[in-house]
Amino acid sequence: MSCTQTILDYGLRSIGIGERLLPKSDFTLCQQFTLIGSGLIWNVYFGVLALAAGFFFANALALAKASHLAWLRRPADWFIFLFRGSPLFIQFFLAYEMLVLLPRTGIDIFGLTVATSWLTKAWAGALIVLFLNTAAYSAEIFHGALMAVPKGDIEAADAYGLTGWQKFRRILWPTMLRLAWPSYTNEAIFLFHATTLVFFSGFPALRQQGDALYYAKYFADKTFNPFIPYPIVAGYFIALTLVLIVIFGWVNRRLNRHLPGSMRPRLRVRPQIIR
Amino acid sequence: MKTLILTTAALALSAGFALADTVRMGTEGAYPPYNFINDKGEVDGYERELGDELCKRAGLTCEWVTNDWDSIIPNLVSGNYDTIIAGMSITEERDQVIDFTQNYIPPADSAYAALTADADLKGVIAAQTGTIQADYVAESGATLAEFATLDDTLAAVKSGEADAVFADLDALAASVNESGGALVWAGEPVSLGGGVGMGLRESDKELRAKFDAVITEMKADGTINTLITKWFGPEAKTY
Amino acid sequence: MMDACADPSALSGLGWLLCYLSTGKHLLFYASFGTVLLLLAVTAPVALGFGFMGALAARARLWPVRVIGRAYTAMVRGVPDIIFFLFVPIALDQGFEYVRHRVKCPDWTEPVRQGSDFVVCQAAKLPLSTSPQIWHEVYGFALAVLAFAVVFGAFAANVLAGAMQAVPRAQLETAEAYGMTPRQVTRRILIPQMWIFALPGLSNLWMILIKATPLLFLLGVEDVVYWARELGSAKTQAYSYPHPDWRLWYFLALLLFYLGMTKISEAVLGRLTARLARGQATMAGEAMRKAAA
Repeated sequence: MSCTQTILDYGLRSIGIGERLLPKSDFTLCQQFTLIGSGLIWNVYFGVLALAAGFFFANALALAKASHLAWLRRPADWFIFLFRGSPLFIQFFLAYEMLVLLPRTGIDIFGLTVATSWLTKAWAGALIVLFLNTAAYSAEIFHGALMAVPKGDIEAADAYGLTGWQKFRRILWPTMLRLAWPSYTNEAIFLFHATTLVFFSGFPALRQQGDALYYAKYFADKTFNPFIPYPIVAGYFIALTLVLIVIFGWVNRRLNRHLPGSMRPRLRVRPQIIR
Repeated sequence: MKTLILTTAALALSAGFALADTVRMGTEGAYPPYNFINDKGEVDGYERELGDELCKRAGLTCEWVTNDWDSIIPNLVSGNYDTIIAGMSITEERDQVIDFTQNYIPPADSAYAALTADADLKGVIAAQTGTIQADYVAESGATLAEFATLDDTLAAVKSGEADAVFADLDALAASVNESGGALVWAGEPVSLGGGVGMGLRESDKELRAKFDAVITEMKADGTINTLITKWFGPEAKTY
Repeated sequence: MMDACADPSALSGLGWLLCYLSTGKHLLFYASFGTVLLLLAVTAPVALGFGFMGALAARARLWPVRVIGRAYTAMVRGVPDIIFFLFVPIALDQGFEYVRHRVKCPDWTEPVRQGSDFVVCQAAKLPLSTSPQIWHEVYGFALAVLAFAVVFGAFAANVLAGAMQAVPRAQLETAEAYGMTPRQVTRRILIPQMWIFALPGLSNLWMILIKATPLLFLLGVEDVVYWARELGSAKTQAYSYPHPDWRLWYFLALLLFYLGMTKISEAVLGRLTARLARGQATMAGEAMRKAAA
């Protein structure tokens, strides 16, 4: 079987398109690359959606944490502590166990039956966990950046007569984002790495559709040789990380486009606030 | 100079021990009644008793080690232990990588267990990752849901996550019988694999011959049958 | 206590629970928390050592050393740690055994790789297959420590390299003006002064390390996750203490353990930061000086 044929058969296997059965014997390098690459679709799906939704929630959380009102600050503090203080591995496991406990027939709310069975599927359940997790980590980053907004900026905003929402929208928030961006880039990279845990603890893979690590494990199980599939996943993830750095670097340039070229901060690793 | 003396000493020591012939037996410890960790924290079960008897008859000193099911074969071939005695069915695929002794449990049936006897066996079927049962379900056209351990699969059926679990009949039996009617057999049992045997490295021909000989001996004098009946109940298949 | 637990099936209620929680298996479970703490205690300094070498290599004047230092840190950053853990220990193990094989059995003629088997002579086995089980466990644990140290050393190298950059140039120039050699400047000024800049990053790293320990079971070490799964899973009558699936409770206990670890670490690291900030030319140090004055 040629490699093109393999790619046609298995390229989208992880989302259920193509051959129904996985290869059983005579594993070729091409098969390993194709299937593991196909699994990467799931990693990207989890990473992109959790990051996008988490970004907004994280902003709200960061503001709540910075609030003077105790009833806003306390819950935000607790939420962030819970998700930053415990291992994601255990969060996945507990989330799955708890979602399974929901009644199978759905929950009655004012006569409407809300289905719950989809929550135990990885595409929804794991996404929710990742979303809450990244929101907590990003909120901590954003909160730190919010606290670091220079006093001069705020005074200038006051002097121009900006208040409330306008001041936040036009001065505080953009500055906060600029300050937080390098750390946020790190968070994004680590979130994508964290997606490999989805099918590893708790959430079952259905119809042998899983992420890159799931297929790598499949091949390692079948060929009994861990030295080929795992380096392949590693390679894919290095590529994914590079893509992320390029995209986030581009956003970084846009965020700082008002500064003269020589003063623009370059996107650097800020190891203080990686996960 | 000091290190040189130390290494010679170590060599002398190891040579002394080598006479004792320690064989490390690798098992999973999560597959009752084949093998499990008892409340004292020791390996127990049919295979523990069988393995100890085999070693005694073959004049070997044996030591028990547990390892995750997922990596049980890679760890055997890289030499972390010398045998796999973990309810492992003899299959074509595995035989290409490791060697098996003759089986010490006759080819056993695999069966479906579900909440109702008329469960949809073409629906979502739970099975343990990397087992022959998982491969069978994937090929049967049903939706395979893979879990890391047998317990996870049972939990999935009880919660309604999966329509049925497909696993070794003997391993399922205790859970079904003790569930008080919550779990029942569904569909017909299926015969899979070539029985359960002991796995060894392909390069370990000598050790395999030794174990093969004692298994033959134990089959002939009926001790294996007694053990099977003791651990798997009177209905289990014997030799 | 032990006599009372002789026949578990006759017990009920609190007595049953007490006996259940004091079985040999549970004692192993409690001991495994010690394993996790031990791993943290051993890995942290080893990883710091790796990080130190990585950071110094990344600053080295010799370019091949510099390239190696940078490649090491960059690579680990790009790959999920779980993937490292899935094959680095096996690779390390086989690597060690191969080296020992070459040294100890020079006249061995058979190939080391026979099909999928990895065969080395008996004397090269690590640990020797005749040594007691405890050494196998120690060796497995040592491999785990090494795998953790490789991964976290790369992050530590990142942190330390950043901290070395952050030491004010003026301090180093002053040292040079006093006639110190580059080596002396590094040893006497750069390294002592960089800690305050490294501390936020290192505290963060410590928190990540704590949260990575549940992956220990992947490396074949019987840790808290292994025992929580084993003890919590449903038990049939084959066991002395049959019970339904209790994994949820065991994992909730683990959650509390990790949250507690985080809370304690935060408190300790907070104090440490305050101590190191004293007299430093940083904002925190300045604030302290003002408060005292």
